[in-house]
Amino acid sequence: MDIKDIIRPENKVYCKPELLDEVHMHYCPGCSHGVIHKLLAEVIAEMGLTDRTVGVSPVGCAVFAYNYIDVDWVEAAHGRAPAVATAISRLWPEDVVFTYQGDGDMSAIGTAESIHAANRGENIVMVFVNNAIYGMTGGQMAPTTLVGQKTATTPYGRRVDLNGHPLEITNLLAILDGTCYVTRQSVHTPAAVRKTKAALKKAFENALAKKGTSVVEVVATCNSGWKMSPEKANDWMAEHMFEKYPLGDLKNN
Amino acid sequence: MKEEVRLMKGNEAIAHAAIRYGCDGYFGYPITPQSEVLETLEELMPWETTGMVVLQAESEVAAINMVYGGASTGKAVMTSSSSPGVSLKQEGISYIAAASLPALILNVMRGGPGLGTIQPSQADYFQATKGGGHGDYHLIVLAPSTVQEMVDFVGLGFDLAFKYCNPAMILADGIVGQMMEKVVLPEQRPRRTDEEIRKQCPWAANGRKDGRKRNVITSLELESSRMEVINHKLQERYREIERNETRWEEIDVEGADYLIVAFGSIARICAKAKEMAAEKGIKVGIVRPITLWPFPTEAIHRAAQGKKGILCVELNAGQMIEDVRLAVHDAIPVEHFGRLGGIIPSPEEVVVALEEKIVK
Amino acid sequence: MKEEIIIAGFGGQGVLSMGKILAYSGLMDDKEVTWMPSYGPEQRGGTANVTVILSDERISSPVLDTYDIVIALNQQSLDKFAPKVKKGGILIYDTNGIHNRPTRDDITIYPIDAMDATLEIGNSKAYNMVVMGALLEAMPYKLPMENVIKGLKKSLPERHHKLIPLNEQAIEKGRTLLAK
Repeated sequence: MDIKDIIRPENKVYCKPELLDEVHMHYCPGCSHGVIHKLLAEVIAEMGLTDRTVGVSPVGCAVFAYNYIDVDWVEAAHGRAPAVATAISRLWPEDVVFTYQGDGDMSAIGTAESIHAANRGENIVMVFVNNAIYGMTGGQMAPTTLVGQKTATTPYGRRVDLNGHPLEITNLLAILDGTCYVTRQSVHTPAAVRKTKAALKKAFENALAKKGTSVVEVVATCNSGWKMSPEKANDWMAEHMFEKYPLGDLKNN
Repeated sequence: MKEEVRLMKGNEAIAHAAIRYGCDGYFGYPITPQSEVLETLEELMPWETTGMVVLQAESEVAAINMVYGGASTGKAVMTSSSSPGVSLKQEGISYIAAASLPALILNVMRGGPGLGTIQPSQADYFQATKGGGHGDYHLIVLAPSTVQEMVDFVGLGFDLAFKYCNPAMILADGIVGQMMEKVVLPEQRPRRTDEEIRKQCPWAANGRKDGRKRNVITSLELESSRMEVINHKLQERYREIERNETRWEEIDVEGADYLIVAFGSIARICAKAKEMAAEKGIKVGIVRPITLWPFPTEAIHRAAQGKKGILCVELNAGQMIEDVRLAVHDAIPVEHFGRLGGIIPSPEEVVVALEEKIVK
Repeated sequence: MKEEIIIAGFGGQGVLSMGKILAYSGLMDDKEVTWMPSYGPEQRGGTANVTVILSDERISSPVLDTYDIVIALNQQSLDKFAPKVKKGGILIYDTNGIHNRPTRDDITIYPIDAMDATLEIGNSKAYNMVVMGALLEAMPYKLPMENVIKGLKKSLPERHHKLIPLNEQAIEKGRTLLAK
């Protein structure tokens, strides 16, 4: 078998999802966002939802998500994605609407919007990327920053007496009657990637079935903000983040 | 629903007018003195008839961002609030303006600053006409003086918002919100179908039907040279709106010695004052700006020709007077009279102010 | 025709709803109308008043300095608004609880025993319609009773329409009070 055989279509084992654009992403090498984008692009295309999906991108690292996945997008103000998605979903009930939010968007400035959209049981998917730091603005503390974790605004490590406790927003969302599916996943291993994709698919299915709000948290790395190599960041996440943010379903109705 | 004559409050009229216009969605948060808008909508249950969505949001911030979301999809959506709530909405309003989206916002002004009072005021003139939120933008600002205009401006506001892809604001005061008057409600218009919306708003983000290119609604552009172009385009649109959409009313300007400039319900108090002044031999004309932005600068400039002075009557400490002064280039005296904190002046007070400040 | 009227009393006396019925009755008689309340905290417990203007022509100010007709239902309102009746105008007041009576001789004054009349009817909620009857009788503009009934129907929610005969009775009772 030579190289010509390998590139034959019948031998193809992997390709870029059709909805992922041919552009350079602005994400740092090693960042989890690229993988999560790919999974979303795959799930939307595989479920045949390209012409009825509207994404709501946040303020944060994923602010330019609309440049990468080939569906309609609305770029929201910081924290307001769930409110924006609420209106789109209610006004276009045939559409499937998802928000893509970071830890600042979901659990700091947009806590009220996130909790109330989920509490109303809006038929939307909330994708929550939790890397325990503010990546876009240069590595400041997030509500989900771990105790002791160093960031630009906690240079000596997060202290409970000064900065309070890490916020488990996903656990809060799970206790609300409006959520039907709340899960915490990661994308640091091939197995984890497959599980996250299954979770996203389930969330989109729930939105189609009008079952209420689905929340898919992806515990993620920010190797730039954490000042680590991508590989080291993966290890650090598994070692430290999963203890506070354990993977698995928090709710699956 | 056919055309109908009713007696109702301005706030109730807004709700009826929104449904009859074929509005697709209302998102709001209760605040006095305009809570009747949401209350009336919830009572009328338009989702059962026209299919209009009505939602009580968790905050004014959420409500305006729901409007942003709805407007992004080409739907005719609106919100309403009163002064402190409208301050909260400014972030979203700036985004809606920057993203060139049609939407309608009602502010039933109450006295401020801060939590202030729940009584009528016009102290949000600056906020409404000079921007309000961050950045270089304008809202189309309509100032109703009657309950009928509350109704009419829902339709006009939406029409202008869609014509120019620009948010419009109805800047009302607690008087016109809370008073009841005879009002003619227009015949029910059908809401646009989704197909009609896709045709009218090819830019809207509502799903890539028929394999069209994706639509992205955003106000973000980090490349300064491109952001400047976006700004210039906004400015070109504002100049076009200024040319086409400036509206005002003149009452007996011809032959008058003095002018009163007033907007909203206060202009009606001034109309009564004008009659009372006439009995004393003081000839006064009135210019009532209907669009506060674009401001009827040239109309006031023309009306001021040959007049001895202008009294600007506003329920604030002197805001519109700045635009009136610019309009007349200080050629004649321009003075301000206003009551603050929710006090409504009587026609007699206006006559006294006219005599003391202008006629002398 | 133009009638500039203020109705003033305590919150709870039905001042605002009487104003609304009056305005709706005028509307049913093809008049231009405005109904302008003083609202807010004043409504609860304190004084409540509403300005109603009925006119053949477009109405300018909904807020007035002086009135063709003042209806005062407590001492406070009487003290405040009696001086604001236009010369030659009409002042109607309920004598119940009034210790300082108005003394103007340039207006027509009708003291009425509306509270007593209401007690005779046996339903305290009809109080404002008794006052309305006195107003309709005293007002130079004669509002046809059929349009008042229409105004009542429009103002009251459907579930209260069974009370319309009672309201009508109260209005007729009120009309007789001026004669006393």
